[in-house]
Amino acid sequence: MPRTHALRTQVQCTVNGDEVDFLCADETSLLNALRDELGLTGVKEGCGTGDCGACTILVDGKVNCACLMFAPEAEGSSILTVEGIAQGDELHPLQQTFLEGAALQCGVCTPGFLVAAKALLDENSDPTETEIRYALAGNLCRCTGYDKIIRAVQEAAVQLNGASK
Amino acid sequence: MRYAAPTTTDEALELLRSDPDSQVFAGATDLIPQIRAGRPEPSLLVDLKRIERLVAVSHDNGTWTVGAATPTSALTANAEFSSAFPGLSEASGLIGSDQIQNRSSWGGNLCNASPAADSAPALIVNDARAVIAGASGERTAAAADIVTGPGETSLAAGEFIIEFLLDDPPAGSSDAYLRLIPRTEMDIAVVGAAVQLTLDGDRVASAKVALGAVAPTVVRVPGAEAALAGSTLDDDTLAAVSAAASDACNPIDDKRGTIQYRRQVAGVLARRAAQIAAQRARSQPTQGNS
Ligand SMILES: Cc1cc2nc3c(=O)[nH]c(=O)nc-3n(C[C@H](O)[C@H](O)[C@H](O)COP(=O)(O)OP(=O)(O)OC[C@H]3O[C@@H](n4cnc5c(N)ncnc54)[C@H](O)[C@@H]3O)c2cc1C
Ligand code: FES
Ligand code: FES
Repeated sequence: MPRTHALRTQVQCTVNGDEVDFLCADETSLLNALRDELGLTGVKEGCGTGDCGACTILVDGKVNCACLMFAPEAEGSSILTVEGIAQGDELHPLQQTFLEGAALQCGVCTPGFLVAAKALLDENSDPTETEIRYALAGNLCRCTGYDKIIRAVQEAAVQLNGASK
Repeated sequence: MRYAAPTTTDEALELLRSDPDSQVFAGATDLIPQIRAGRPEPSLLVDLKRIERLVAVSHDNGTWTVGAATPTSALTANAEFSSAFPGLSEASGLIGSDQIQNRSSWGGNLCNASPAADSAPALIVNDARAVIAGASGERTAAAADIVTGPGETSLAAGEFIIEFLLDDPPAGSSDAYLRLIPRTEMDIAVVGAAVQLTLDGDRVASAKVALGAVAPTVVRVPGAEAALAGSTLDDDTLAAVSAAASDACNPIDDKRGTIQYRRQVAGVLARRAAQIAAQRARSQPTQGNS
């Protein structure tokens, strides 16, 4: 349990497989702690109020908005950000299909989409288009339009299924 | 602002007593956007999610006990719960995106006291009770008696909801919840309608109807309940249900819908929810009362 403390709280958790330890003010959002204390700037702030999904991370395997968590809540949890989805130098199939399918323009929404799509494919390796659209309903993109994003997720699912056969 | 994560209800109560400007929270999906919109931060925030009872779900001796901070995704994923209370499960699953679902709780949805809270009408028609922790021990209140107005609850300072209790529905019962939003996902209800009913053969033995987003708090619709009771859900009954639901509304005009539109939609949704609940009740095994 995080110590309550007037100024700074120490938080220990696992981020992208590494045990980390940081100090933060209690009101710091997890989003700001990941960016400012741990340098994980893949976590984006689009809205800060849970509407856009640009800050999507996995907490203990489940999609969450990092902007809707206080950093001390992360104590003891295991977090995955977009920085942790590639295998070393090898991009995750989703990252590859987003690149090849031009499923991004400005890219601000992309880390959130990648993490949310990974969570979907981890649970459901062969989702229908409708399932993909519902699973990504919490992620907004203001430039690309959703079609290329959906196609990229479908293509990644095909590749992942091919690899596992 | 300080953050504390107690692991027992007593510890939480002590923290709340220690600071008059303290506030509990579960998923913070209402709390953080409100602070960002300018509402003053409390000086102490008490996170309820590390208290076991607040996140436990169990089913014993004909009663479901659902921790008030349980994320709604854990309820929609619970097949036994969702088959016992399909309407309540659907209402809970309508709250926000998958990201929100992994945080949003009944305790927060109810105590935030928005007139449009999706789980509230469905909790009320299922006669949910709230077990409340306070300085003088625990007390139980009907979920229907928690919200007293927009943003207002009947909880005293320092009190919080520990868990909700739901009795197994009697044999031949089911429920349904429908809401209208301008989009297909991620929006706030223009109208929400929940119906719970029990069939006796072809006839409705008893029914409960509640509407959300059409008045400062959830409204029960006794006129619709009386029309349903004893009926076979014939056309006249359904017309009476719609008329009573439209009449029970005391809505606002806003960008999501005019008063007239909300009244009309409330009538349609109440009727359809009654039909769905009846259809579900009919397809239940008759001896289902476990
Ligand atoms: C993007 C987005 C979409 C949303 N969509 C919907 C929607 O479709 N439908 C809908 O109904 N809501 C929606 N909401 C609102 C919100 O997610 C829900 O109301 C949710 O159920 C709140 O639960 P929480 O645990 O996050 O509450 P919190 O923010 O933690 O708490 C809300 C309030 O309740 C109090 N509280 C919390 N737990 C307790 C307790 N156990 N006892 C006493 N008081 C308590 C807190 O002090 C606070 O005042 C949405 C929110 C966002 C950000
Ligand atoms: S920044 Fe978190 S949802 Fe938009
Ligand atoms: S690529 Fe710019 S918001 Fe999606």
